[in-house]
Amino acid sequence: MAVITYREALNQALAEEMERDPDVFLMGEEVGVYNGAYKVSKGLLEKFGEMRVVDTPITELGFAGLGVGAAMTGVRPVIEFMTWNFAILAFDQIFNSAAKMRSMSGGQFKMPITFRGPTGAALQLAAQHSQALESQVAHYPGVKVVVPGTPADAKGLLKAAIRDDDPVCVFEGEMLYNLKGEVPEDDDFIIPLGVADLKRPGSDVSIITHGKMIHVALQAAAQLEKNGIDAEVLDLRSLRPLDTDAILATVAKTNRVVLLEEGWAFGGITATIAALIQEEAFDHLDAPVLRVTQADVPMPYAKAMERAAKPSVEMVIQKVNQVLYR
Amino acid sequence: MLKKRTHEAAPAEDTAAATESVAHAEDQAPEAAVQEAAPDREAMTAEKPALSDEERLQGLEPEKLRKMMYDMLLARRFEEKVAEAYALGKIGGFCHLYIGQEAVAVGAIHAQTPDDYVMTAYREHVHALQCGVTPGAVMAELYGRADGCSKGKGGSMHMFDAEKNYLGGHGIVGGQIPLALGVAWKIKYRQEERVIQVYCGEAAVNQGAFHESLNMAALWKVPMILIVENNRFGMGTAWERASSLYDIYQKATAYAMPSAVADGMDVLDMYRVTKEAVDRARAGGGPTLIEARTYRFVGHSMSDPVSGVYRTKEDVEKEKGNDPIRIFADLLARQNILSQEELEQMDEEVKRVSEESADFAEKSPEPAVDELYTEIYATEDVNGRLYFDGRR
Repeated sequence: MAVITYREALNQALAEEMERDPDVFLMGEEVGVYNGAYKVSKGLLEKFGEMRVVDTPITELGFAGLGVGAAMTGVRPVIEFMTWNFAILAFDQIFNSAAKMRSMSGGQFKMPITFRGPTGAALQLAAQHSQALESQVAHYPGVKVVVPGTPADAKGLLKAAIRDDDPVCVFEGEMLYNLKGEVPEDDDFIIPLGVADLKRPGSDVSIITHGKMIHVALQAAAQLEKNGIDAEVLDLRSLRPLDTDAILATVAKTNRVVLLEEGWAFGGITATIAALIQEEAFDHLDAPVLRVTQADVPMPYAKAMERAAKPSVEMVIQKVNQVLYR
Repeated sequence: MLKKRTHEAAPAEDTAAATESVAHAEDQAPEAAVQEAAPDREAMTAEKPALSDEERLQGLEPEKLRKMMYDMLLARRFEEKVAEAYALGKIGGFCHLYIGQEAVAVGAIHAQTPDDYVMTAYREHVHALQCGVTPGAVMAELYGRADGCSKGKGGSMHMFDAEKNYLGGHGIVGGQIPLALGVAWKIKYRQEERVIQVYCGEAAVNQGAFHESLNMAALWKVPMILIVENNRFGMGTAWERASSLYDIYQKATAYAMPSAVADGMDVLDMYRVTKEAVDRARAGGGPTLIEARTYRFVGHSMSDPVSGVYRTKEDVEKEKGNDPIRIFADLLARQNILSQEELEQMDEEVKRVSEESADFAEKSPEPAVDELYTEIYATEDVNGRLYFDGRR
């Protein structure tokens, strides 16, 4: 297996799927001539031409809707948002059109569209550019949501998203694009939607998370190990569909759970999972389920404040100690 | 304001044309500034070309003309039947009738082929019928029954028929315009010789979706015909109270897009103006914005009275003097294409069809409640849970 970056893995996924299916095209701001705001689409314009790698005006609602209309009549658009923060302008088309077209037409249309872009806070980008929005998007029945945290997952999940006949929203990590990892070179390397991945097996406590936060969880687990605590880290990879079997299995195994997400606590995916665990695995619990999330405030700019607002390794360790009554 | 019926936007590099266009705008400025009220019908149609009957008929076959008449009559009688069924509680939810506006969809859709697409907003029953969705399937959808064109899951505002290239049926004002842009993009992407007509009400013109879509449609020259049905009121807000510029067709100038005004009470004017736009789009000439000036003889929805706070009974009665069905019937009678007697026979026929559609809807079963979770996702065979309500 080759060691490549998360960015290169996404680029490979796009190139391979566009090669495989002439109906796949990429559209968004700066995806062509500029090679992508984060260089994910580097070289694709040259390879596939301007009908298939389309630079749009800055008009998120418009080109998201364009993708939905194109998808309902049979092609497979990949719509890139420069970041998911800007996709808020396009949420009408994702939630009111893409998510509902199949249902409200009585099943007459497939919606093979992929929306993708970076989610979450980078460094000092302040309130409007630092939001992790995957939980909000997963709220809507009719969409699917994946959140890859490693280069291999990025490639496999994006390929699965493009091949899926439903609208799939891919939330990439803005801070992960340079992350390196081993990635299979097989053209048909797919990670199916709805399959969680045990990133670290353990026996004392389960940390359930997704996306960029898996790295925070793994760092916490490494430090906990020094104190003799064996933490399991479950990477959801996909929020909708959600691998509830894997969640219930890890709860049954360790009996103690800390949920970690980058976004806000209110209505977050961790709230949904906490509800699920108490509904379906209450008897397995030896302690209340605890959560680590971003501070429930718009992200501040100042460095120290931003650091304080983000979920941290220390916060995870503290909650783990709490569920272990240490 | 209506001196030029078809406005061809000047290419930017054509200095002479650009100058001319600026001069033209200056001419109009004082007139625009004092324009306080909506023009009455005489003003709105003052610039309609004075065509002879023969010219108006555009050499169309008598059979096609009679079909247009049939379609308008069916639209009228069908909607009257819908109103009756709504009053009886057979139809629920929001329900927006097309009475008064029939010439717009009938004339425009006759100007394209069944292989072309149609998409619209939520005042849509007649657009569905005009695309060939059967009256029974439309009525059954209104009744929320299994034989409805969206299997009872869509209702009045979300009718679809993929086989008939009828793409709905959309409830967020202006939201259908980017979708139609996407269909037009697909046509270009696959190099098909098709077009899409997309409709919106005049009030949708103020949405960002309208402007974003016009820009990209013109930029990429996709085969989209956008027909704005200007019935003068967005619910109860008169257009002149909602827009700084009355003439909607002029908005196309900002996007270097051809535009035109059509008399939305004259099915043949709708046909003529739309046909020109369809032919241009099919030949690779890109999109056109058409402003269809029309009027609804009924309230905004079934819960809105015909007249009241935003328009008077007298206003509506006056406009009913321009009933599109009467205007067309008179022409066809004058030209010996359809006699009064034949018209009455046709009327009996469409009343019967409307009655039968209601009977069909009445007999159609309710959708099975256990289909609540079907048709949400195309690929449901996935690992993990897609639904979180704990019910399944």
